[in-house]
Amino acid sequence: MKQQIEGSQAVAQAVALCRPEVMACYPISPQTHIVETLSRKVKAGEIGNCQFLNVESEFGALSVLIGASAMGARSYTATTSQGLLFMAEAVYNAAGLGLPIVMTIANRAIGAPINIWNDHSDSMAMRDAGWLQLFAEDNQEAVDLHIQAFRLAEELSCPVMVCMDGYILTHAFEEVDLPTQEQVDDFLPPFEPVQVLDPQDPVSIGAMVGPEAFTEVRYLAHHKHLQALEAIPRISQAFQDIFQRSSGGLLKQYHTDEAETLLLALGSVNGTIKDAVDDLRTEGWPVGAIQLCSYRPFPSHALRHVAHNAKRVIVIEKDLAVGNGGIVSGEVKLALQGLPTIVDTVIAGLGGRAISKAAVIDIVKAACLEGLEEPHFLDLNWEAINRELTKQAEQRRSGPTPENLLREIGLSSGKAL
Amino acid sequence: MSYQRVKFYQTGTFTVGNRLLDEGDRTVQARTDRSNSLNSGHRACQGCGEALGARYALDAVMRATQNKMVAVNATGCLEVFSSPYPESAWQIPWLHSVFGNAPAVASGVAAALRAKGKTDIRVVAQGGDGATVDIGFGCLSGMFERNDDVLYLCYDNEAYMNTGVQRSGATPARAWTNTTQAVGTEPGNPMGIGKNLPRIAMAHGIPFVATASVADLHDLETKVTKAMSIRGARYIHIHVPCPLGWKSDPAQTIKVARLAVESGLFPLFEAEGGVVSDRTPIRKQVPVEQYLALQGRFKHLFNPRDEEALAAIQAIADRNIHLYALLPTKPAMET
Repeated sequence: MKQQIEGSQAVAQAVALCRPEVMACYPISPQTHIVETLSRKVKAGEIGNCQFLNVESEFGALSVLIGASAMGARSYTATTSQGLLFMAEAVYNAAGLGLPIVMTIANRAIGAPINIWNDHSDSMAMRDAGWLQLFAEDNQEAVDLHIQAFRLAEELSCPVMVCMDGYILTHAFEEVDLPTQEQVDDFLPPFEPVQVLDPQDPVSIGAMVGPEAFTEVRYLAHHKHLQALEAIPRISQAFQDIFQRSSGGLLKQYHTDEAETLLLALGSVNGTIKDAVDDLRTEGWPVGAIQLCSYRPFPSHALRHVAHNAKRVIVIEKDLAVGNGGIVSGEVKLALQGLPTIVDTVIAGLGGRAISKAAVIDIVKAACLEGLEEPHFLDLNWEAINRELTKQAEQRRSGPTPENLLREIGLSSGKAL
Repeated sequence: MSYQRVKFYQTGTFTVGNRLLDEGDRTVQARTDRSNSLNSGHRACQGCGEALGARYALDAVMRATQNKMVAVNATGCLEVFSSPYPESAWQIPWLHSVFGNAPAVASGVAAALRAKGKTDIRVVAQGGDGATVDIGFGCLSGMFERNDDVLYLCYDNEAYMNTGVQRSGATPARAWTNTTQAVGTEPGNPMGIGKNLPRIAMAHGIPFVATASVADLHDLETKVTKAMSIRGARYIHIHVPCPLGWKSDPAQTIKVARLAVESGLFPLFEAEGGVVSDRTPIRKQVPVEQYLALQGRFKHLFNPRDEEALAAIQAIADRNIHLYALLPTKPAMET
């Protein structure tokens, strides 16, 4: 049924329809509305016998789910940013143990400086943990990906992060078609674990493994992601068969045929990018766009197939590999290696800075006409940066950089705000 | 041929020999149908107190639950010596995640069992003192305050032994470890620091807290059995000598553990709902020196004699005696 609904509320409804059995949650913005809604549903008895645990930390939250999932229970939590880093050890562990936990990441920047707004630094920091990472473009897709995520996770016995942009999606009200319980039940069978703690058939889960078998265990984790490359499109198709709409898959194309320049991005900025592509095409620029829906596994083959005729791929990414540049663009370059395609890195939208349609249009034109330095930082305030660099060069005790920058830009202590 | 029933009496303790007990009260290990949660062939050191304590504790849980149990293990010696792939020594469903999360993982197992309506299956979490009082403390406190249906067993050997004997928050005053070396003006672990986890557990008001020692395995089994008769968060802190880290004779593990109890340094007691409800009295208090002298980790206190330190450690023991009324002739201190 179509509803005007907040992204977080919609995701909570979708998760509830998936009949989770254990949820353990710890508050952190901007994912709180999701778990608040789920806690109410559990307490009201709307999700069967589901258990909702208010825990002492994100590390505790995911650890609870590790126990619950190993006991054969469908398990869910949501987190973001510092919370994801705080649970990092358990994030790797859940994947290493092959436990099909589903976790929403309400993507948010990582401090310092502390910042609650959206970028992709958090889930990127966990990109090699062994979880599948799916990115939603809008709230409809966020809803749909959660439903697909449980099936994908449990089929492969591999945990899945559903990444949705913090605030931009989590707090946005838009029209979402919420499925019925019957549809979800048709699509998502009960959880049948491949390993379970059972007194009738005792096994040791999480035993120590030495050099004699560790590489093989790691390869099998990699193999799971290779299987996911096949499973993600298949499950997306199965979803379409029941729900009558297309959601998810490895990647989505927008006017990629005949396009000489392709924009590539993850998450909600694809909406802006598609508008920019429309305008550019009206002006006669041969431009298209690729929305990367699955970041882990990275769909190298599918991407190469789509982009192999393009002259240029401009990767707009909301993250930064400090000291190197782009994270996503590096992987795009690897996928396109051997082709003459130029891959540009545009670091944009860090800490919630808006990425406007005009900025996207300008960057495409600049890249095509003049080329871009690598990496390119979108909308960087060079004046403020240079003032700070000068200050740092002039005095040893130059003070905390974030404070200085705020003062430079005139936003601190009531000056401009 | 006729048999004479031989009775064994121990002197100097209130411990009762197994053969003096009714059949039903005898130790799990004395039974032909004993369960062997932790099989032989594991890689613990000679004289390991933790291996002994864990086997007795978990066998008692198996007996109390008719084998319907799951164990969650923190990283540490117990996990490493019992589980090298593919030779697990565990005969029970066993899960190891990471160092600091065993209480939370166990909470998750308990939650899954509630969700599935299988509350006849019970959950035990276990770890060493580092996993319990230090790195896993946040998760443990969370498990306590939510009163999750988990029995947590801490095997306290008073330092990080798996990593090669470093100080933990449970390392006793003036003990040598590799990070509290026997050098400087106050050799060994500084006096007056560290934490008393049984009392912290009691402060959470959970249904059951107890201390136990491998010196009195029957008492350990009894406490575990009692814990399993209760629902909610339960905590048992078990003193387990480590010959490697304590630099003690592996053949003397039980003696060392017994002297810790009889000196008053490791009081045996139970608490229900945050209030001490029972304690194991000492027949005759032995001086702490007898306990300390058996362990190389305290040898700097004797050569030359550090009277001040020995007196301070004796004062800790005396305070415990007073606090828990361990000598029948002395009344309990207000707690």
